[in-house]
Amino acid sequence: MLEPGSFTWLLGPSGAGKSSLLRLMHLSLRATEGEVQVLGADVARLPRRGFPGLRRRIGVVFQDYRLLPHLSAFENAALPLRIQGVAEARLTADVREILRWVGLLDRADAAPAALSGGEQQRLALARAVVSRPALLVADEPTGNLDEAQARRVITLLREMHRLGTTVIVATHSEALPVEYPAPALRLEAGRLVDHG
Amino acid sequence: MAEIPRLRHLRGRDPLGLRRALADRLLPALVGAMALLAALGLAGAQGAGRLAERWQAGAAGQLLLQLPPETEAGPLVERLAALPGTLEATLVPEERLRQLIAPWLGEVPGLPLPRMVALTLRPDADQSAFLDVVQAIPGAQLETQGAAVRQALRLAEGLQALSVAMLGVIALVGAALVAVATRAGIAARRETILILHELGARDSDIAGRFARRLARLCALGAAGGGALAVPALWALADQAIPVVLARQATAADLPWVALAALPLVAAGIGWATALVTLRAWLRRLP
Repeated sequence: MLEPGSFTWLLGPSGAGKSSLLRLMHLSLRATEGEVQVLGADVARLPRRGFPGLRRRIGVVFQDYRLLPHLSAFENAALPLRIQGVAEARLTADVREILRWVGLLDRADAAPAALSGGEQQRLALARAVVSRPALLVADEPTGNLDEAQARRVITLLREMHRLGTTVIVATHSEALPVEYPAPALRLEAGRLVDHG
Repeated sequence: MAEIPRLRHLRGRDPLGLRRALADRLLPALVGAMALLAALGLAGAQGAGRLAERWQAGAAGQLLLQLPPETEAGPLVERLAALPGTLEATLVPEERLRQLIAPWLGEVPGLPLPRMVALTLRPDADQSAFLDVVQAIPGAQLETQGAAVRQALRLAEGLQALSVAMLGVIALVGAALVAVATRAGIAARRETILILHELGARDSDIAGRFARRLARLCALGAAGGGALAVPALWALADQAIPVVLARQATAADLPWVALAALPLVAAGIGWATALVTLRAWLRRLP
């Protein structure tokens, strides 16, 4: 059980099950047994037509960014708002604001392939938070970044937490939780071994 | 359980990148070829239908009365012509009968021939008085053209059914083409679809985008195929109508309504096929 508005590290070695647990949280994986509750909804009892609405309240940051190469940085960040049918004027204002927040406003027209790894990860973060999600799930968001870029991404994630979003960040790094102390879940071989 | 909120539609010009994933060349060209075949099928169905109608109308009321050679035909012809419902009663001259049998029997001046009376009755005529007269003549035989017309009508109806079946096959092949194109589009945009799905796009939003794009491509292809069909159909009509209908072809002889409907029907097939294919694929996602 994650407290609303909390920041939680999800720790464990590669293969421990961190990504699977996060996929259960952002509804890209269905549990074959047990009970999963996300933002107050019992996932097993939720009808299929209820999933899109729930997914729109969850932001996801992937280690490999998963940006759409045929869209500009602006359009990538705008995607959740387009899915929600937000009117163009409000969408433009929100996307510009979020791109400014992650430091990419001057790269708004660039294709993802023209951005550096750190810029792509910040763009992925912008896409994840542009619709003000209640839950932000980040799977190894710093895995492909150098130290300076990693710090910048973690700072942005903590800022989202400070604004009231529930944030959970999976990492196999032992240094990050030490540098940024917060409650942690530790997995080993698919089992929760520590919750503190 | 909390009520599921009503969600708004996906906006944006082309978030799935379908303009590149579903290119506007190959599929419209293939649909255009199918539309061309469909136009020929439609013209065939329409032509066979008109031919059947003409045979039916032309043969209605046509009778041939055969009399023994010794019968005095003149008064009988006058009597038949005076009956209500008779439009025309004509004795076929013996010379004409000999001309008609000459190709099979040669010149046989000594051969006795029956007397033949060609009759045309009004389609709505009461034939009872006419039949009473005929039955009173010893040795008289009445030949309607029903059997020959029925055969001709069966041929025309067969041609019409064949054309309709061809249209059905074309529609099925067209739907298969769209299904293959849709699957190619899914393969090309699999990651994009997954991301949109995970960001909360509804199945109907994603499937609707594909369906609209494919409907548009099919309509474009069918419009092109239909346009190409016009000169081909005109050339066919120009050759066939003078032979079959004994008059010159006019612009009204082409199946304009059916040609105009081709893009709409193609768009409908494309839209429905893409929607079903996408929905089936999306149902597999969590």
